[in-house]
Amino acid sequence: MNRGMLARLAELIYWTGRYVERADDTSRIVDAYVHRIAEDPFGDSGVTCRSLFATLGMDVDANASVTIETVLDRLVFDAESPSAITGALLAAYENARRVREVISSEMWICLNATRNDLAAQRDEASRVGPASYLKFIRERSALFAGLTDATISHDETWWYLVLGRSLERIDMTARLLQGRLFAADHSPDWLTLLRAAGAMESYLRSAVRRSDPEAIAAFLLLDREFPRSAYHSLTVADHCLDQLTRASTHLDIVNEARRTIRTTQSRLEYMDPKTLLNSLAEILTLLETTSATANDQITSSYFRQVVATSWMSEVGT
Amino acid sequence: MDVDPSLAWDEVFSAPGVARPVYREIVDVLGDLKTVDIRTRYDQLGRTFAERGVTFAFGGEERPFPLDLIPRIIAATEWGVLSAGIQQRVKALEAFLDDVYGPGECLNDGLIPRHVVTSSPHFRREATGIVPRFAPRITVSGVDIIRDESGNLRVLEDDVRIPSGISYVIENRRAMTQSFGSLFTNYRVHPVDEYPARLLRALHLSAPEGVRDPTVVVLTPGVHNAAYFEHVLLARLMGVELVEGSDLVVVANKVNMRTTQGERPVHVIYRRVDDEWLDPLHFRPDSVVGVAGLVNAARAKTVTIANAIGNGVADDKLIYTYVPELIRYFLNEEPLLENVESYRLDDVESLHEVLDHLERYVVKPVDGSGGHGIVIGPQADEATLVELRATLLANPRGHIAQRTVALSTVPTFVDDQLLPRHVDLRPFAINDGREVWVLPGGLTRVALPQGALVVNSSRGGGSKDTWVLADVVPIDLERAHVEPTSSPSLAAPKVQREARQYGPLTQSGSDQ
Repeated sequence: MNRGMLARLAELIYWTGRYVERADDTSRIVDAYVHRIAEDPFGDSGVTCRSLFATLGMDVDANASVTIETVLDRLVFDAESPSAITGALLAAYENARRVREVISSEMWICLNATRNDLAAQRDEASRVGPASYLKFIRERSALFAGLTDATISHDETWWYLVLGRSLERIDMTARLLQGRLFAADHSPDWLTLLRAAGAMESYLRSAVRRSDPEAIAAFLLLDREFPRSAYHSLTVADHCLDQLTRASTHLDIVNEARRTIRTTQSRLEYMDPKTLLNSLAEILTLLETTSATANDQITSSYFRQVVATSWMSEVGT
Repeated sequence: MDVDPSLAWDEVFSAPGVARPVYREIVDVLGDLKTVDIRTRYDQLGRTFAERGVTFAFGGEERPFPLDLIPRIIAATEWGVLSAGIQQRVKALEAFLDDVYGPGECLNDGLIPRHVVTSSPHFRREATGIVPRFAPRITVSGVDIIRDESGNLRVLEDDVRIPSGISYVIENRRAMTQSFGSLFTNYRVHPVDEYPARLLRALHLSAPEGVRDPTVVVLTPGVHNAAYFEHVLLARLMGVELVEGSDLVVVANKVNMRTTQGERPVHVIYRRVDDEWLDPLHFRPDSVVGVAGLVNAARAKTVTIANAIGNGVADDKLIYTYVPELIRYFLNEEPLLENVESYRLDDVESLHEVLDHLERYVVKPVDGSGGHGIVIGPQADEATLVELRATLLANPRGHIAQRTVALSTVPTFVDDQLLPRHVDLRPFAINDGREVWVLPGGLTRVALPQGALVVNSSRGGGSKDTWVLADVVPIDLERAHVEPTSSPSLAAPKVQREARQYGPLTQSGSDQ
């Protein structure tokens, strides 16, 4: 992996990783909220839905009524918006379609078949409820992740894909927890959040064995071993950049993104879990900006290097 | 007036119920299959194609390319003649291109009027002097072959610019062996998967002088091109990068691709971008899929572009009418394959003959492809013919006319029945500068609507797997039983193997 791949392909691969992860994580978050609304028939589902939109950084008209239908339309089934599950998956498909020659056939077929099946899955969801659709998305994402690990060389292509996945995961884990800040009374409880992150069993088996908010937040943000924790995702992203840096000749630029990642990683590493809840808002914002800043730095150093133009005279025939 | 389908040669049956020798086995096997079995496998085939994304773009939509169950079979002897004829044709066209972009002797000798060449829409003055010494101009060619009413194979058209369809040849074979493997049982069919390796070798050999380990890329106009699937497949099977124009940058007359580790030199470009979009500095300035400076780099001989720029003059349909003469002139040989009877409309007498009987002829634009602009006289309405007449009078150089041939038919599965449908054949040839190799096989395209003669996928065409047989006749099963299938020395060596290991919950010795 010392030759470098086409910059355009690297960017598309990176975003394929991000979009699949986004579809997966969004379906987990939406599932948690849908669950919350179903369990709490006396609560104000409008407020809950609004907090969900706020969590995912999406604007909703302050005067419009926001219902579970709005959530399904805009966050689940919207094919145009890459912030929605369907849109993110289609974006992943479009990206993968342009990099078919560097990913494995099985990875491509996985996304292509998923796309072909979306309409039928949506029909089923309209009969039996959104849970089946959300489950379908999570299973296909898991299949894609499995094929990614097992069917292509862990070379530069793979590192870009994992890098994208990790940065998206940092962002989404932070957003998952945001709900507790915006409208604690109307967002899923802490245990539901654990479940949404697929972290319930891991958490219960971890050494903590307490189910207070402090311990749960610490698990989702600081755990060294759980693959969706913010700390773990930062570590993976850093490792990816380390691998990619070794292949690189432009150490100065690359280090920028690593510096961003590692600064945040150290902050979490030396954080006292007991004080975590007090500074939760600040930490979540830090994670979101870290993900965004690293994204910009990676884009300018790997994907969109500026080339100086020079002019040559014509060659005679 | 319409084309009488009963006039057409049927590839499978010589008379009702009587199969030609090479098709006998397959007709027997098919006779044993129930319609419902066939239907089931078709559905499986369709799903496989949809999942693998074997599609072409049709009106902005990606559609699977319909593949028919019944293969087109070509016996070894007939293939021998066909491939020799194609090799001959490609060599003659190569020599012609070298001549018109070089000394121009065939023009000086009056073989072809000079104005016929210079007025060709695809004649590119820019192409002069940019082909490396040992590189062919026509690395890849596709020659469209049809069989006429009396069973003769004839050349309908040449494509020495960017012939497409090879991906369907490869994918069709893969799908057929998976879904209809039983059909292959009694045939020895030439494989088609050699193509990418042959192409890569030819591209390597065409590298600029002094480049030892050339970097080859496939240049695509992008994901919206109708043949994008093919570009991906070729890049993947050759193990080279698939680049878009924006991935390449020309600095100091050298072509580089932009990678995550900076720029890397490129030496050979198998381009799937048309001449006019290739370089905005030389051709269309509004091209966003091209590479500025590419033509100069080619002229500086730091990069080879395959196929070469300006090849379109050789597959101009008016030049096509001269190909038999080109073969005699450049190769001093008699043509092995005949053209379809054609009329040069820049000749006044021919023009009037055609204008008087427009309803009899097929008229096609000299620079068209994909079946666009073709008028089939016998199937055209009056308004179309009136319009065509005006077009021909205004620009006789722009079209040729050909006799309307009732293309041969092959039974095809349509609406759960087997019905005769017209087919053509596009074999593919690769010239590595030393020899012209013709892939044993090719794309058999089938016009799915009843009586239709235009087979292009953009006009509702499907395809068939094309089998070139290694044997003259199907293997004699009786004899195959007697003969040993492999020599004793090739028998698998006996290897002592370790016992399989099992986890604690599996009883040792159980053979699960």
